[in-house]
Amino acid sequence: MSADLQELYQEVILDHNRRPRNFRMLEGGRKAEGFNPLCGDRLTVYLRIAEGVITDISFQGSGCAISKASASLMTESLKGKSVVEAAALFNRFQHMVTASPDSPIDQLGKLTALGGVRQFPIRVKCASLAWHTMRAALDARDEVVSTE
Amino acid sequence: MTAAASPPTAILDVATIRTDFPILQRSLHGQPLVYLDNAATTQKPQAVIDRLVRYYADENANIHRGVHVLSVEATDAYDAARERVRRFLNAAEAREIVFVRGATEAINVVAATYGRTHVGAGDEVVISEMEHHSNIVPWQMLCEEKGAHLRVIPITDSGELRLDEYERLLTPRTRIVAVTHVSNALGTINPVELLVRVAHDRGIPVVIDGAQAVAHTPVDVQAIGCDFYAFSGHKVFGPTGIGVLYGRAPLLEAMPPYQGGGDMIRSVTFERTMYNDLPYKFEAGTPNIAGVVGLDAALAYVTAVGLDRIASYERDLLAYGTDALSDITGLRLTGTSRHKAGILSFVMDAVHPHDLGTILDQDGIAIRAGHHCCQPLMARLGVPATARASLAFYNTRDEINSLVTSLQKAKAVFA
Repeated sequence: MSADLQELYQEVILDHNRRPRNFRMLEGGRKAEGFNPLCGDRLTVYLRIAEGVITDISFQGSGCAISKASASLMTESLKGKSVVEAAALFNRFQHMVTASPDSPIDQLGKLTALGGVRQFPIRVKCASLAWHTMRAALDARDEVVSTE
Repeated sequence: MTAAASPPTAILDVATIRTDFPILQRSLHGQPLVYLDNAATTQKPQAVIDRLVRYYADENANIHRGVHVLSVEATDAYDAARERVRRFLNAAEAREIVFVRGATEAINVVAATYGRTHVGAGDEVVISEMEHHSNIVPWQMLCEEKGAHLRVIPITDSGELRLDEYERLLTPRTRIVAVTHVSNALGTINPVELLVRVAHDRGIPVVIDGAQAVAHTPVDVQAIGCDFYAFSGHKVFGPTGIGVLYGRAPLLEAMPPYQGGGDMIRSVTFERTMYNDLPYKFEAGTPNIAGVVGLDAALAYVTAVGLDRIASYERDLLAYGTDALSDITGLRLTGTSRHKAGILSFVMDAVHPHDLGTILDQDGIAIRAGHHCCQPLMARLGVPATARASLAFYNTRDEINSLVTSLQKAKAVFA
């Protein structure tokens, strides 16, 4: 496998694809649905927020390894974060996956695993679908978010 | 090369054919290009590329206008292309051939003209579950506008039309039947002659979407008996942005124009416009002349190779590919009709089609991953997406072997 592919499909991504964390419904909180019309990936992000802090977060849906792993890693990294921190992380994540492939990858802890997507522009939307959906749930926008 | 890998050269000299297509000499990521996305668009032989260059370099002029030599020559080339399309489809008359942008526009023309004048409130339009969005949405828009109903022929699990259901769906309110000749997502070749006969017995006209058929099988619109037939040039080795609507002359004559403008008129005053004869009535404005002459070159090319031989070669390659893919544990083919064109649509356990697409791309193999513009069909199949390898006559058994190797690799990554 090429170096680019190995960076894209590194073990942590494959693992989160095989065994997505927080892959369940959450009753009684906020939720938003995300849809990538190009490939049919569809997921729902659930949020529970108390006093400006994300006390629980989960997701469900179907999609490629990148979108599933990204959603799974996102739920892990946002649990316990404040709403303001989550919004900031959204921006940093977006920057990481859309930065020039030649620049060093932004270090975002476990989320850094998704930095390999930069080599595959067509797959950036797979990585960011969960994050856009999370933003919509934060803003409590009651609509389907589209990557287009 | 193993014995199993040698192509059936008796049918076609594919090695020579491949040298006609410059893009097939390209490498991607250090690997020779294996182009298996022919249902999306086909590659262009040098003859088509040269024809486009020659048109713009030496012949460019508007048609049906000037008295000067260039305009006369351009008009002649344009008319000759129409005659070539007529022969290609075996239409009765050249005026039954209307140049449009592609199959999508062809279907939209029929929906917007014939459809608008013949479909009313409470009427029905029959399509099938395997249609491309281009043969769903125009009819849906028409039905919405008119208060009519869209009826859908269901398919079997193997991807064939349920003919019993088809007959039951045809009612005294059915105004149009619109079905695909060959399914882009499943490869199914529909029994179009039968579908037309059953509809005509009830006086219902039939539109056939031939986008996936014309590059792979000889088409005879008079033998099929259809009222309209649509195809795109770029799917038959021609340029993008050019396509054909065939319509039986009496129907085209009775239809209102699609767009108004130059060329589609006989005379214009501020009080009244007299429309031009067929086919010009449906060709408003300066057409895609370069596209038309490019399509002419493409049809000349495939005709010279021979569509019977192409169909026979692709049947063999499809059988080889079907066997090779079936041997991969955890791979399931979607679309296993007894009558199929060269389309291998499949899903793999534990590997999403998009991930497959990325991994194959790194090996220089181009396939399609997604819903193939057939979201209702994907819903019927119960999958969000499939991976699709679609064949053309320049593909080889060696390329199928490369596909299999790459699929095995993807499987290992996600195991």
